[in-house]
Amino acid sequence: MTDISAVDDRPPSGSLAAIHRVSEASVADYLALMKPRVMSLVVFTALVGLLVAPGHVHPVIGFTALLCIAVGAGAAGALNMWFDADIDAVMARTARRPIPSGRVAPGEALAFGMTLAIGSVVVLALLVDWLAAALLAFTIFFYIAVYTMWLKRATPQNIVIGGAAGAFPPMIGWAAATGSIGIEPVLLFLLVFFWTPPHFWALSLNRTQDYARARVPMLPVVAGAEETRRQILFYSLLLLPIGAAPWLMGYADAIYGATALAAGGVMVALAWQLKVEGAGPRAARISMRLFGFSILYLFVLFAVLLVEGVWAGFGG
Amino acid sequence: MDDKPGLDDKPERIVLTEDQLRKRRARSIAIAIALGVFVALVYAVVMVKGPGVLNQP
Repeated sequence: MTDISAVDDRPPSGSLAAIHRVSEASVADYLALMKPRVMSLVVFTALVGLLVAPGHVHPVIGFTALLCIAVGAGAAGALNMWFDADIDAVMARTARRPIPSGRVAPGEALAFGMTLAIGSVVVLALLVDWLAAALLAFTIFFYIAVYTMWLKRATPQNIVIGGAAGAFPPMIGWAAATGSIGIEPVLLFLLVFFWTPPHFWALSLNRTQDYARARVPMLPVVAGAEETRRQILFYSLLLLPIGAAPWLMGYADAIYGATALAAGGVMVALAWQLKVEGAGPRAARISMRLFGFSILYLFVLFAVLLVEGVWAGFGG
Repeated sequence: MDDKPGLDDKPERIVLTEDQLRKRRARSIAIAIALGVFVALVYAVVMVKGPGVLNQP
């Protein structure tokens, strides 16, 4: 008998251990593939879409819908890491992810992602709602095929258009509750869609070297920091009325309107500060402050909508 | 005929390290839990929706 132990990390070529790779992945590595932080934001916005929709959703059906959306988002994360492993390997922020660090083989991540993607869509369709499942399937397709495989490596507008993938979850939640789509979920979609550019570009301003090394045409790499700061201000100004739109159109109460205007005002103020500050360490601190505040902005607006929707009824 | 394995020849096999065994066991438990949650979920939805669980308005 020939024992092939893994005392040496590199098994002799031609041996069984070399031919049949033994997985070194832990459960935590598979969880990391699902991008849990992104998943938590997706689940939260989907929960708001689900609970502010008119009518009553049984808790078991609501939980099933959220679980499917969470798993679908995780599948998209795993497939994104599978395709972007080459980029992740050369960027400091992502080099320790499971695939570039060698703990998960690309094929394992692909199989994991595809299984979860198909499973989440099928279960959502059979147990909850076909429209919600169709939207979830389209979201996964859009994130992987349109954003990850095409836009990300092709245009500095990658995260503007690709941001649609992150904006769909509240719409999926709404569809899971009602079986239809209305103006209200479209407003929630637009809110996340126009929030994404200033949120992501504020971070990418401090990751320019990383993106340049990975040959990802992010806006600061292609158009420079000054143009990025200008576009951050532009999208922050756009976000101000869009954030307040649910109140302006009568779908949310005055508390939401006041919160949206105040938080949107802070976003614009930070973006303006970043624009006039120019380059330097202080500008880097402002951009990270803007990045941090943008997360708070989205969380607070959706939380107020959730409270108003649950207690007062969204859309009167 | 000589190149065929004899009855006394034992097949080449992979011997996993302690770490690999521990991780495989953890992955197996995670898969079992996921399957258990899935079964419980289907059971709960069937209980809530009744026999027409696949019918949607």
